Amino acid sequence: MWVLLGIVVIVAGFVLRFNPLLVIVAAASVTGIAAGLDLSAIIAAFGKAFNDARYISIVWIVLPVIGLLEANGLQERARALIGRMKGATVGRLLTGYLLFRQLTSAVGLTSVAGHAQTVRPLVAPMAEAAAGEQSDEVRAMAAATDNVGLFFGEDIFLAIGSILLMKGLLEQYGIILEPFELSVWAIPTAIAAFLIHGFRLWRFDRRSRPAA
Amino acid sequence: MITLQWVYLLAGTVFAIFAALGLRDRTNARRYGNAAFWGLMALSMWAGDRLGDFGNGLLVLALVAIAGLGGLSRGTGNDQSAQRAERAARFGNGLFVIALVIPLTALAGTFVFKALPALVEPNQATLVSLALGVLLALSLGYARLRPAPLVPFQEGRRLMDSVGWAALLPQMLASLGAVFALAGVGDVVGQLVQQGIPEGSRLGAVLAYGLGMALFTMVMGNAFAAFPVMITAIGLPVLIRGYGGDPAVVCAVGMLAGFCGTLMTPMAANFNLVPAALLELEDKYAVIKAQVWTALPLLAVNIALIYLFAFR
Repeated sequence: MWVLLGIVVIVAGFVLRFNPLLVIVAAASVTGIAAGLDLSAIIAAFGKAFNDARYISIVWIVLPVIGLLEANGLQERARALIGRMKGATVGRLLTGYLLFRQLTSAVGLTSVAGHAQTVRPLVAPMAEAAAGEQSDEVRAMAAATDNVGLFFGEDIFLAIGSILLMKGLLEQYGIILEPFELSVWAIPTAIAAFLIHGFRLWRFDRRSRPAA
Repeated sequence: MITLQWVYLLAGTVFAIFAALGLRDRTNARRYGNAAFWGLMALSMWAGDRLGDFGNGLLVLALVAIAGLGGLSRGTGNDQSAQRAERAARFGNGLFVIALVIPLTALAGTFVFKALPALVEPNQATLVSLALGVLLALSLGYARLRPAPLVPFQEGRRLMDSVGWAALLPQMLASLGAVFALAGVGDVVGQLVQQGIPEGSRLGAVLAYGLGMALFTMVMGNAFAAFPVMITAIGLPVLIRGYGGDPAVVCAVGMLAGFCGTLMTPMAANFNLVPAALLELEDKYAVIKAQVWTALPLLAVNIALIYLFAFR
C-alpha cells in the first residue's frame, strides 16, 4: 500500500507547481523506498530506465531545421497563405487539420505530423492568421487538435503499439483475437471524437466572431 | 545496418552543438547552466550505454539539479521580424517544401525500410526515417537558403532554450513509470479497484472499468501502463469472464477511455506540457484546458459504447 505514496507526491507536486523534474525524482525515491529498495538501487533503476527511454528525446533534432525555416520567415509565409484565403476561420482550419490528422494516423502515418514538425511552424501560425490576432487560446487549441486527431485515429491502424499490446496481453490469458477485430472498434470513438471536437471548434468560431 | 545507435550519435551531436553555442551566448545570465544541461544530454546520447545504470542515474540527478535549482535561462536574443518578412517574400512557398521534407521522408522511410529489413532494423524504421528527414531538410535548406553554417543551430538552440527543461519531461516520466512498475504500483491499484466494484451491477462494473482506465492513465501519464492493470483487475475477471463481454470491445474501447485520460493530465508531458512550452504559451496547462471539454464527453461515449455493445 505504501508504494502509492509516490502517486501522492506526484499529484501534490504538480498541484503546488514545484519544478516537475524535482517532483519526478522525489516520487521515484519515495516509491522505491516504500518498496524496500535502497538508495543506490533506486538511482540505478532510474538511470537504466532513463537510458532505455532516450529514443523519446530524439525528436528535438528537428529544431535546427525549424529554426532555420523560421529565421527565413516560415511562420510569416504560413500566415500570408491563410490571409489570402477567403472565409478561413480558426474552426474551419482546425477541423480540416483534425480530419487530416485522424485519417493519416488511421493508416499508420502517425509521425507525418506533430507538435514540433507541423503545429509550431505551420498550423499554429495559420490558425492565428485566421483569427486575425496573436492568441494563446488559438495556439493551445491548435495543439489540442493535433492530440485529439492523433489519439483517436491511430488505433484504427492494425499495427500500432496499443493494438499489439492488447493482442499480446489477451493471448497470455488464452484469448486469441485478430488485430482487425480490435481496430474496427476504434472507429465509433474516432467518429465521436471528430463530432465532439468539431462541434467545439464550430463554437469557438461563434464565440470569437459574434453574428454581426 | 543502420540502427538506433546512429540516430543517438546524431542527436548527441546536435545537443553538443547547442551546448557549445549556449556557452558563447553572453546575453544569457545562466549560460553555464544551459551549456552543462545540454552537454549532459549530449553525453547521455553518445555514451549512455557505457555509463552503466548507476552512472546514468547520477547523470539524471545532475540534470535535475541544474533544472530544479533554477540553473537554466535563455538569452535575450534579437528581434529580426523585419528581416524575416523580407526573406519570407524572397523565398516564397519554397519554405513549405523544405518544411514538408521531414514528414514526407518519415512517410517514405516507414514503407521503404519495412521492405528492406537488412538495411534498417524494422521496428526502428520510424526514428531512423525521422533522422534521415532532418538531414535531408537541412541539406536542402543550406543549398536553397544559403545561411551561414551555424545559423540553423543558433536558431535551433534558441528554440531549445525556450522549451528548456520541459524537453526532458517525457523521458523522465517514462523512467518514473519503470520505477513504479518495479515497485508493483499497478498491482496495488488493481487490488484497490477490485474492492471498489459494486457487487452484481454490470453498469457499475463498466463505469469502474472506464473511469479507472481514465484516472489511472492520468496518474501514469500513459494508457499503455494503465491498461494491463485495469484488464487484470476488472476487464478480464468481471467484464469478460463474469458478464460474458466481448473481449474486442472491452479492450479496444477501454484503451480509448484511457486516451481520454491522457488528454487531461500533465503527466503526459510530451502531448500536453511540451507543446505549451514549444508554442510559448503563458499558462503551461493551457493545452490541457483546451482538451478537457473534448475528453470528458468522449469518455462518456466510450463508457456507453462498452455498456451497449460488449454484452450483445
